[in-house]
Amino acid sequence: MPVAGIAALSTRFTMAFGNKIRDFHEKREKLLRGGSKQTVEKQKAMGKLTARERINRLLDKDSFTEYDLFVKHAVHDFDMGDTSLPGDGVITGTGTVDGSPVAVYAQDFTVAGGSLGLMHSRKITKIMDYALQMRMPLIGINDSGGARIQEGVNSLAGYGEIFFRNTMLSGVVPQISVILGPCAGGAVYSPALTDFVFVVDNVSKMFITGPEVIKAVLGEEIAMEDLGGARVHSEISGNAHFFDEDEEECFARIRKLLAFIPGNNSEKARVLKAEEPLADHGIDSIVPDDPTLPYDVRDVIKAVVDSSGFFEIMENFAGSIVIGFGRIEGRTAGFVANQPLEMAGVLDVDSSDKAARFIRFCDAFNIPVITFVDVPGYLPGADQEHAGLIRHGAKILYSYSEATVPKITVILRKAYGGGYIAMGSRHLRADFVFAWPAAEIAVMGPEGAANIIFRKEIMSSGDPEEMRRQKIREYRKKFANPYVAASEGYIDAVIEPSETRKYLVHALRVTENKEIQLPPKKHGLPPF
Amino acid sequence: MKKTKEGEIPNIDGEILNIEEEILNIDGTDYRTRLSRKFRNRTPFIPADPFLLTSIIPGTILDILVKPGQQVKKGEPLIILEAMKMQNMLKSPAGGTIKMIAVGKGEKVGKGTVLLRMEQSQRSPS
Repeated sequence: MPVAGIAALSTRFTMAFGNKIRDFHEKREKLLRGGSKQTVEKQKAMGKLTARERINRLLDKDSFTEYDLFVKHAVHDFDMGDTSLPGDGVITGTGTVDGSPVAVYAQDFTVAGGSLGLMHSRKITKIMDYALQMRMPLIGINDSGGARIQEGVNSLAGYGEIFFRNTMLSGVVPQISVILGPCAGGAVYSPALTDFVFVVDNVSKMFITGPEVIKAVLGEEIAMEDLGGARVHSEISGNAHFFDEDEEECFARIRKLLAFIPGNNSEKARVLKAEEPLADHGIDSIVPDDPTLPYDVRDVIKAVVDSSGFFEIMENFAGSIVIGFGRIEGRTAGFVANQPLEMAGVLDVDSSDKAARFIRFCDAFNIPVITFVDVPGYLPGADQEHAGLIRHGAKILYSYSEATVPKITVILRKAYGGGYIAMGSRHLRADFVFAWPAAEIAVMGPEGAANIIFRKEIMSSGDPEEMRRQKIREYRKKFANPYVAASEGYIDAVIEPSETRKYLVHALRVTENKEIQLPPKKHGLPPF
Repeated sequence: MKKTKEGEIPNIDGEILNIEEEILNIDGTDYRTRLSRKFRNRTPFIPADPFLLTSIIPGTILDILVKPGQQVKKGEPLIILEAMKMQNMLKSPAGGTIKMIAVGKGEKVGKGTVLLRMEQSQRSPS
């Protein structure tokens, strides 16, 4: 009877297997739904996408592979043992963006308010470890009420483990944080440790202490939105790098950013087909001759990059400096440029921080830095000095000096005093320094310099105002030009504005295999 | 560059950037530019007045240890301010005479509220 025996066994086996498959499907369906119908509706009513919808918007179609769907929460107290928390409030996995691998996690506010418990944090740290080992960017979508109080110190441990890994991943793989809901208290320190923070109007809320605590302790009344809304962080605090009106735009922008940067620190950014700048961007007529008149320096950048595509970062913060990515001959470059349109393009506490951090990102991820200089100096004021302009301003010097990626500087117009030194000068080891014919490279502006150098002549003159004007003219003619610096070899070439792209192309080709070593050290000590 | 009215600057995409007539002076030179909101809202520096005692934090006046006309030394306790469940002993910033006390016992005060004013003594004990 061996034949019949096998047949009987095989039937039994098939039925049991079928049951298992059915059971698995049921279990999975339930977990994939996330929170209850009511909580999902509530999420939608707030104008928010669900965690799963967000992952789908971010990644290439059907590229998401989820891990740890079946993880169970670790709350044994407060009668929560039988409570079901699908995925423990976070979805983690890997997928692709434009075909390149990324690691992603999305907190699910519909499950226990996306609160962070032990297993929730373990899912996140697992995906972070994968990102580090597989050397792919990490994208964290934050939407959480904070620590899961019922899990006590385990919840704190979870945050600590995430912060530690954020630090370990820093400079190895790009880290992006997307704030799509509350992110409060200690939780904000994960985004703060990452490279780029995205916020969405009316959705993102970030703060260390909330409005209630502020009212109780200090008696100050402030609305949540005014304290830590998307606009606050993209315009005032500088904690966020990108502001969008809605989540769809936000995810489109993240994908755009990822196209400009490499997946890790041993790669270069993907090279696209070389394009010319759009023809109507006449570079010769952008910058007014008079150094006191404003213009939009983004126009100069658009006049030299492929298809005039400039991807600006921190658009609404510290507008006196402009940073962002563009491509030249299909290759990504990071741009740092003084913006005469805003605050005359001065360096201040905020613009120094903004530029310094960006330069360090470019350096960590093999992206050449192109600097456009038109700087009157540092912003005067007791508030600036008291806010530590010395310490903050020093960060720019540090970042340029330390950077070993190709550094190319073009002096468009004025480059006065400390601002000249700070803005990617030869002295901080720029590989190429070019200057336009109208460049004024001098210790200070002609007005200030003439007032000091010719004080006696001006004071003792019969017509001091006329004498002052004459001395300013003299000084301008003699020193406010690129040729004094060129005669010392501090700039490599004086070029016409229309030649700028040609020279940048050359400089980028020449420096492509640049390799220099910093003196051996554990790490430097940038003036934080 | 496209021809525009005075004070208008077209950018590359043809949008007109409205430059209000704002001036920022750096090292003796006036620059025409746009001033940031942060710059407009900056707090002007006010030198510290050694004869003025203000609350460093919002709280409640728990006790007042001096009377008007009383002479005090620098560092002498003046007022106890309870804030964040802590009793803060506010000490005299300078030697002098108490001129006026602006608050009463049990009163709730905000940050920066003037608590008392002093004046230089004819014969300062300090």
